[in-house]
Amino acid sequence: MSETPARVEEVPTAEAFSKLDTVPDTPDELGTRQRAPRGTGDSIVHWLRWAWYTLTSMRTALILLFLLALASVPGSILPQRGGTDSFKVPEFYNAHPTIAPWLGHLGLFNVFGSPWFAAIYLLLFISLAGCVLPRSKRHLTAMRARPPAAPRNVSRLPLSASWVTSDDRDLTLERASEFLKAKHFRTDRTTSTVNAEKGYLRETGNLVFHLSLLVVLFGIAITSFYSYSGTALVKESQAFTDTAIDYDSLSHGPLVDVAKLPPFSFTLNSFDATYQHGGSANGDANSFDAHVSWQPNLQAPARDKTISVNHPLSTQGTNIYLTGHGYSPHFVIRDGSGRSYDEITPFLPQQGTFQYQGVVKLPDAKPSQLGISGFFLPTASVDPATNAPVSIFPAADNPAVVIGIYSGDLGLDNGIPQSVYTLDTSKLKLLTSVVMHPGDTITLPDGLGTVTFAGYQQWAAFQINHDPGKQVVLVAVSFMVLGLLFSLRVRRRRLWVRASADPAGRTLVEVGGLTRTDASGGFDDEFARLVAALRSSIAPLAGVDADDRSAVVNDSAVLNDRED
Amino acid sequence: MPVDVGLAKLSNDLIAGGIVAYALGFLGFAIDAAYGNHAPGAAKPAPADAAVARVPAMAGAVSGAPTPTHADAASAAALADGGRTSASGLGLARGGSGNAGFTRRIGIAAIAVTLIGWLLQAGAIASRGFAVHRMPWGNMYEFTLALTFASVTAFLVILARQPVRYLGVFVMTPVVLALGLAVLVLYVPAAPLMPALHSYWLAIHVTAAVIASGVFMVGTAATVMFLVAERYAMATAAGKPVRFTALARMMPEPDALDRTAYRAFAFAFPIWTFAVIAGAIWAEYAWGHYWQWDPKETWAFITWIVYAGYLHARATAGWRGRNAAYVALLGFATIIFNFFIVNVFISGMHSYAGI
Repeated sequence: MSETPARVEEVPTAEAFSKLDTVPDTPDELGTRQRAPRGTGDSIVHWLRWAWYTLTSMRTALILLFLLALASVPGSILPQRGGTDSFKVPEFYNAHPTIAPWLGHLGLFNVFGSPWFAAIYLLLFISLAGCVLPRSKRHLTAMRARPPAAPRNVSRLPLSASWVTSDDRDLTLERASEFLKAKHFRTDRTTSTVNAEKGYLRETGNLVFHLSLLVVLFGIAITSFYSYSGTALVKESQAFTDTAIDYDSLSHGPLVDVAKLPPFSFTLNSFDATYQHGGSANGDANSFDAHVSWQPNLQAPARDKTISVNHPLSTQGTNIYLTGHGYSPHFVIRDGSGRSYDEITPFLPQQGTFQYQGVVKLPDAKPSQLGISGFFLPTASVDPATNAPVSIFPAADNPAVVIGIYSGDLGLDNGIPQSVYTLDTSKLKLLTSVVMHPGDTITLPDGLGTVTFAGYQQWAAFQINHDPGKQVVLVAVSFMVLGLLFSLRVRRRRLWVRASADPAGRTLVEVGGLTRTDASGGFDDEFARLVAALRSSIAPLAGVDADDRSAVVNDSAVLNDRED
Repeated sequence: MPVDVGLAKLSNDLIAGGIVAYALGFLGFAIDAAYGNHAPGAAKPAPADAAVARVPAMAGAVSGAPTPTHADAASAAALADGGRTSASGLGLARGGSGNAGFTRRIGIAAIAVTLIGWLLQAGAIASRGFAVHRMPWGNMYEFTLALTFASVTAFLVILARQPVRYLGVFVMTPVVLALGLAVLVLYVPAAPLMPALHSYWLAIHVTAAVIASGVFMVGTAATVMFLVAERYAMATAAGKPVRFTALARMMPEPDALDRTAYRAFAFAFPIWTFAVIAGAIWAEYAWGHYWQWDPKETWAFITWIVYAGYLHARATAGWRGRNAAYVALLGFATIIFNFFIVNVFISGMHSYAGI
């Protein structure tokens, strides 16, 4: 919001300020926020005006800012539906059956998509716009305006210096003017003064920063309307085409036409992973590389590319990210009727272990439906404590499967959708539980057929995102940082040089300096340096005490000269 | 590439040495602060007087001296402050006699020892980095090392430009405590990183976060001192008795502290902004979304908001001074929360606390 408030009195020279305030069209960082006008009646217009002034006031903006921070807190502590830990929301409901529904009603499981969160930031942005837009207009005017006229008594400014020179008044002012121009001050010469101002970049930076915030919001709006995002699990040698049907899940903004997604496609040729051996990080992945060949559209020639973590494939504003990896055991199953099935089914990694879980369903098997449920162990070993098979490493160094084979009713015929990763065993009979290595075949009892563990393939999980708003956001935040640097580093300051002649042909030089935005200090040093440099170009009169005003005749006509 | 065990061990030894040096530096700063420039009878001027005195003194210096220089202005300001500012600094000003001279030497020695500690810590961080062939800020232990290093660097840089030796105690206290915590609790052996962290954005994003947090810490130290000094000044001006007078008396002017704090925050805030943005860009590369309200992101955002609030509050009538200082303290509290609570107790995509 506005960097500076409506009313600040920090420097005791009231005259200097009243002087500044008499320049109506060049308000600076201060005086931009007025108090709500009071007491002109209780009409609706008055009320609305009061509401607008209140909303756009600094105090309200600060409160909204802190409310935004406060409102974010539950979103970081409770699991969030839209977030990466959305699966924890049902867990939370189970663990806290009394309080969870209440929290749910308050939107605390979807804080960042909740109406009250949106209300806070929308109010904040309206408040911001109500402050920044009028200020930008004023700043544009101020940048074209001349520096403000000098206060009557320059020596009473917070910083001042004076000396007497033998140069005449015009020469003195000419030199002062040239000097300040060379120092990149905006200067304005009058009969008896040089008015100079510098540091407009502070307010420019301040406004650029705040306007950029509005653009960020605009970018976020574009994102929510025009972006889509989906996930797809792709097996080795399998192809993915950017159509809704090829996604495992797809969410999109209301203005996205899912029938017209960009027509790219890619095939996962192979997948490489390397892992950490030994140490506390044993089994942690060192690298994941998905080697794909892809086409931006069906007519274009296929190109090769390696997608790895941090290195997505980009095409037509869409990015394809590698987000996961696992194995698909390859089963060849011959049922009782002699029909053969070739099943390569993705098994999903189990958190905290090096094994992969999955199921295979054969609803068409005769004489009875068959199901396989179990684990793929990339590096199979035997747990010395329990004698149970375990996987001790995520690389496929000694692959095996530990499976149960079922026959009976898979429960697929009643029309209720089932997860492809779980097996409903309520109407199934466990035929056998076995550990198999590649090439092993087991014959099922009762002439139900045979199952062969033929080998395995790898699969990769991809996230596919299209977000046209993110470029807008990126440009806006870049300007934000730039604006911030200028608004915090630059200080706006004014310098006035007044020269008054005495009859003896000598000139009293008075320099006054004022800054209202010097929070980090340092203007006094700069002023001292400027004055020192100025004195070397306007030489002091030898033998005259610099502060000896009596050396100069106070010509009232000179002092009353209008400095405009 | 495998971890270089020898270098990793060297890093551990260097950091142990660094902690010892910092602890000695802390002790020196404490002695300097407690006994330095407190000659009996040298009353501390009330801040209001000093503020009034400074302006005419400045103007006088400028108009009086034939060629006013930076040093002139500084010493004029120091004179207006009753000589406190520079007397407690690097020793620019006319020193006291006897006891004061001795404690000043202790203060200078504290700077020297801190500098040695800083060099040892630089060596520790570098050798850890070479041991694991990457930027050594991939877990809480390494991050704490880097953060405290940034704090001490910021302190030394400020010290080189301004006479702020008095900050030493309040900067070295959290530095030594944090390093102790790092070595005793957060320590993990040197190891490579998971693939998600294999990116030059690790260097950019985390380095910016480290620098900003380190400078925020120095600003926080100055803010705490400001609150103590300001309370003391208010109470003495009102003629009320003050507890912990000895602590309060060693503080410089509240205004100077407030300005030092503001400079630190105004310096760190754009860097923090950049750190958050760099994190968002990296997230976009790594996870496909630039912002997902991951707990760590959320708290970085909260920190950003609170410090933005501080910058605004400081410029708002009725909020500046104590209230703005409280906002600044809240800002650092959110950093602490993000680092300890979010890393350890709240799971998210930034799950590489490594403890």
